[in-house]
Amino acid sequence: MRELRQVTSVVAIIDRPDIDTDQIIPKQFLKRIERTGYGQFLFYDWMKEPDFELHKPEFKGAEILLAGRNFGCGSSREHAAWALEDYGFRVVIAPSYSDIFRSNSVKTGIATITLPDAELAELKAALAQRNELTVDMETLTITHPDGLVITFAFDEFAQETLVHGLDDIARTLKRDDAIAAYEAATPGRFDTRTLST
Amino acid sequence: MAGTTLFEKIWQAHVVDEKPGEPALIYIDLHLVHEVTSPQAFEGLRLAGRPVRRPDLTIATMDHNVPTERGPITDLIAKAQLDALRANCEEFGVPLNATGSGREGIVHVMGPELGITQPGMTIVCGDSHTSTHGAFGALAFGIGTSEVEHVMATQTLLQSRPKTMQIRFSGTLPFGVTAKDMVLAAIGKIGVDGGVGYAIEYAGEAIETLSMEGRMTICNMSIEAGARAGMVAPDATTFAYIEGRPGAPKGAAWDEAVARWSALKSDADATFDRIVDIDVTTLTPQVTWGTNPGMVVPVDGTVPDPADFADPTDREAAERALQYMGLEAGTPVTEITIDRVFIGSCTNARIEDLRAAATVVRGKHVASTVRAMVVPGSAKVKHQAEQEGLDKVFLDAGFEWREAGCSMCLGMNPDTLSPGERCASTSNRNFEGRQGSGGRTHLLSPTMAAAAAVAGRFVDVRELG
Repeated sequence: MRELRQVTSVVAIIDRPDIDTDQIIPKQFLKRIERTGYGQFLFYDWMKEPDFELHKPEFKGAEILLAGRNFGCGSSREHAAWALEDYGFRVVIAPSYSDIFRSNSVKTGIATITLPDAELAELKAALAQRNELTVDMETLTITHPDGLVITFAFDEFAQETLVHGLDDIARTLKRDDAIAAYEAATPGRFDTRTLST
Repeated sequence: MAGTTLFEKIWQAHVVDEKPGEPALIYIDLHLVHEVTSPQAFEGLRLAGRPVRRPDLTIATMDHNVPTERGPITDLIAKAQLDALRANCEEFGVPLNATGSGREGIVHVMGPELGITQPGMTIVCGDSHTSTHGAFGALAFGIGTSEVEHVMATQTLLQSRPKTMQIRFSGTLPFGVTAKDMVLAAIGKIGVDGGVGYAIEYAGEAIETLSMEGRMTICNMSIEAGARAGMVAPDATTFAYIEGRPGAPKGAAWDEAVARWSALKSDADATFDRIVDIDVTTLTPQVTWGTNPGMVVPVDGTVPDPADFADPTDREAAERALQYMGLEAGTPVTEITIDRVFIGSCTNARIEDLRAAATVVRGKHVASTVRAMVVPGSAKVKHQAEQEGLDKVFLDAGFEWREAGCSMCLGMNPDTLSPGERCASTSNRNFEGRQGSGGRTHLLSPTMAAAAAVAGRFVDVRELG
């Protein structure tokens, strides 16, 4: 996973609530067995609408996405995070996220930053004047070139994962003793391999 | 010391290791796998040279993109994904209930019917409707593909502990009102993000008197309120459902299991972070009007006016939803005509759902303007329904009777809506394009869907003779 320390970019704004993962990447693209190449299908149906936000020339090249509450709700498809990352987004800023999307994002190298409504309003006002931000994941700050600085809370473990591009599985496998001890103390209930019809 | 909730009891029993400032490492008792969210996880294991740690606690099936008409699969990309699952399961020693085995089905129908969904377990699957299994008093939740790989490699997950919510359904469910109506009303009440960050326990008289099928319908849709997990304390109804199934304990082990499971309930003095009360005595059949499951009204209601929403964000969302759905504010729900009916999905395609729908259509016929289909939740459900003659009831009434799978709930297989088509669906999501690009989905119960098929529009199933 790529490290995510600092991003400076224009901000694409899709200010709609409850954007579900079916919109982010529709089902017909989930049949592929690869993990890459989903960016071209991002918001596939909405992209057909000429006035869809991501068509705005001023959002071109954005690595930061600002969205409405409950972003990434619905299906657990990690393809949604893969599509956002492949399209070029490294950071999402929203009032809230679905739990599964938030988890998938960290594993994909995307930071999901939660800001309260008041700070979001301040941020949007600043972006309306000048569309550029720097997000620093080491200091947990958002900086606008005109002087606005917002600090945000972020799960410490997820921050470390993102900043250093860490692999969760390799870290967990180092705790094999604890897992083996747990297994020894709790014998299994059944063996799925021997279930009769 | 204050008592503990059902969730806390299961969580505590599965903590393998905990470090300050980190999510807990929790053990996973059962990992369910399907073709869509697993190929990249298997590939990750292969690249790292890692095995599946506990294939005996893992089981796969084919459900999301399988065709529901007999004959060979013609979608070559879908076929490649199914072939990949078969090859991966062989390579990593994971048991597979493949299409044609007679044991295949929607992953959340298969687990319970095999008797491997049991109280007190932790169950995960790369599918958000894994919350279904919580109906048995298990902690069950959907995960992404990276987490699928993590469970395959370690049989554990790193998880932050969610908050707890209790939704109490009090009173007796009125005639013609179902579990689907209970959960749609609950989502309408707390909103599609009301459950974010919570594990929900459903309780109260109306839950205690529900069948396992009904409890599964409710837990299934927890994610539509944003909650990763929903659960119901196990009781005699739960034990009766599990007993005798292939994965159920036998003999003395059964008695021990029941004794252990009987302790799995929230203590009387346990506290929840949030409690929601819903009185079911005044509940009516529900129909969604918009593009998320929280946009729901009673069948005797009207399509809401966006101007009535106080929050500007909600108002804009409602306006967009009405535009997408092709509906006018103020239209009575019973004046909305439909083109398609889908009875199926992990929410409502179990034997009880099919029996209920069959009761409504028996001796009647699907309206000439409607194309209707029934997709059983599993090969076993299909077989059982055919034993009971339900297939004949549906076929005589003009329904299509299909093979098991996820089908038109998400339209990954050929079963999709055409642009502009309006569908009465027993599934769980009415998102834009969910059942096919431009398709318009209304969620409702199996009996309400059956009644709509016959009438060609939404009708109050309670008024049918």
